[in-house]
Amino acid sequence: MAEKLLLANHISRSFGALQAVKDLTLQVRGGEIFGLMGPDGAGKTTLMRMLCGALLPDSGEIHIDGVDMKRFPDKAREAIGYLSQRFSLYEDLTVLENLRFFAEVRGLDRHQWQPRTMEILEFVGLAEFIHRRAGNLSGGMRQKLGLATALVHHPRLLLLDEPTGGVDPVTRQDFWQLLIRLVREEYVGVLVSTPYMDEAIRCTYVGMMIGGELVLEGAPDQLLKEMSGQVLELQGSPLSIWRRAAAKLPGVQDAQIFGNRLHLKVDQASLRSVTRALKRTARQEKLNLIRIETVDPTLDDVFIRVLSRHMDTSDLHTQTGERHA
Amino acid sequence: MPELVVQTHNLTKKFGDFTAVDAVSFQVQAGEVIGYLGPNGSGKTTTIRMLLGLLLPTSGSAEVLGFDILSHPEQVRRQSGYMSQRFALYNDLTVWENLVFYAGAYGEKEKDHLIATLDRVGILNQSRELVSTLPVGWRQRLALAIAIVHRPRLLFLDEPTSGVDPLARRSFWDLIYELVDDGMTALVTTHFMDEAEYCQRVGIMRAGKLLTMDTPEAMKRDILPGIAWNIRARPLLKAIAVLEAVPGVLRVGLSGNHLRVITTRDTRKSSLRRALSTNHLQSVQVDRTEPDLEDVFLALAQEKDQFVYSKAD
Repeated sequence: MAEKLLLANHISRSFGALQAVKDLTLQVRGGEIFGLMGPDGAGKTTLMRMLCGALLPDSGEIHIDGVDMKRFPDKAREAIGYLSQRFSLYEDLTVLENLRFFAEVRGLDRHQWQPRTMEILEFVGLAEFIHRRAGNLSGGMRQKLGLATALVHHPRLLLLDEPTGGVDPVTRQDFWQLLIRLVREEYVGVLVSTPYMDEAIRCTYVGMMIGGELVLEGAPDQLLKEMSGQVLELQGSPLSIWRRAAAKLPGVQDAQIFGNRLHLKVDQASLRSVTRALKRTARQEKLNLIRIETVDPTLDDVFIRVLSRHMDTSDLHTQTGERHA
Repeated sequence: MPELVVQTHNLTKKFGDFTAVDAVSFQVQAGEVIGYLGPNGSGKTTTIRMLLGLLLPTSGSAEVLGFDILSHPEQVRRQSGYMSQRFALYNDLTVWENLVFYAGAYGEKEKDHLIATLDRVGILNQSRELVSTLPVGWRQRLALAIAIVHRPRLLFLDEPTSGVDPLARRSFWDLIYELVDDGMTALVTTHFMDEAEYCQRVGIMRAGKLLTMDTPEAMKRDILPGIAWNIRARPLLKAIAVLEAVPGVLRVGLSGNHLRVITTRDTRKSSLRRALSTNHLQSVQVDRTEPDLEDVFLALAQEKDQFVYSKAD
């Protein structure tokens, strides 16, 4: 079994009356990518800041590569590469000068930083641009330089706080291919938060944070398997009318529009009766029905189910529930 | 002929040497939901700010709700609602107090109307709560209430769903459609491709240029140069390298836990399978699939990059 590069054990942190992170336990091993999802205000950034040693937990322990963050913060931080959504580069310095700066901050001397720097620039595909000023880089290149600065001291663990939020799909592709290579070739562990489901599903493990807690955690395939055979997909129009009609049928637990289709969460026992009822609805209400079939659930389906349960007690859910009933 | 609520002609904004919005022309009809798609920094917000008369274009022109944005910006703003990306709410005021404050700026004082507005967006029960204690999904609804309290006919929503959970995202889109049913027109920016699928027409921005604006179906039909495939194979990175070398393969990329491949129309499943199995990849599965808007975006980006490179040569 691979070693635990990150172990957070029952950590909590409050700001005044607000409990930002509640009794959270999380681990990441070498060669693993842990994808963290959750809305703004769920505590993801507070968690990241505690894990990288910028903020102390009120209680609980953090071990990085076996080192206790509280007792040996400097040693623990040596093993961490951290990239936040709003990382900053020195616009007036060149690519090489930026990397050198971050290397020196990390305590690397010239004999160490020079070969390492070239190696990383080669790795992220910026070797041809070492003398270009950071201010003149495209968005994608900046992203790569940001990753390079986080890698300069050979970290074992990467903490990435929404590194791809709002960036070009082309850049997201390149960034993820680099991450996967790092995990495979250098066996680093990665904790990455992301707003994109398609990124989360390619992680070894995913976790969903709500209100400071991890409300769902597991390997994506496993999470999907638990819901298989329970999602009906309907293509037709108008979708909003379809949705209202479908939500009323017995056996339909939830109806959500996904792009240009409708996903129905259905009790496995009711699959056939719901399908028949929908076809009947199409005839009676003269609605356009292109296709209806059971599909593999998506991670979105899984998260929405968990969220619906989680919010069952809250007013927001009651209200939207009434609206669509 | 339906009413045109937005018309732009070569709308351009430069900041020094940097062209933030580059000769953008498009039209929006009353009652449409337009998705305005593009990464950060592609010019979406700058476009909206010009359409609201908050920022002067460097060149080009635009009419919003029949008013020229240069000569009649006040009329444009009186009849348009705007929810900005980083909406400003007063954290130490209640939901109700926030709405009263902003409504007052438009001269809306009628209590029944304010109540109806909160009800419309589903947060009437929260009206006495302090904004600082609200989850982000409710704050977003309050920001929407503030954007519609003066009964605008046209709504500009700038990345309204970033940072909320998937359930809140979905119900927010339901709200947008309900408002449109009530007679509004909405232009919504987003960087989530799947959200754009909800829209009747979608504009795709990249580096200041509006690359296209059309229905999602038409884009998939006209812009994508071939067939989309979902391919499973292990290890992923080796599979990418193998597939890139297959004749007819136009693009290979990660998509969720598998690969997304675009090929020419005459490429056969068997040739993709054969390439993978002769190179000893594991658990190979090749399925033809329907294209999505991310495929369209990547195809457009590739086209444009090639154009830029050939121009530089």
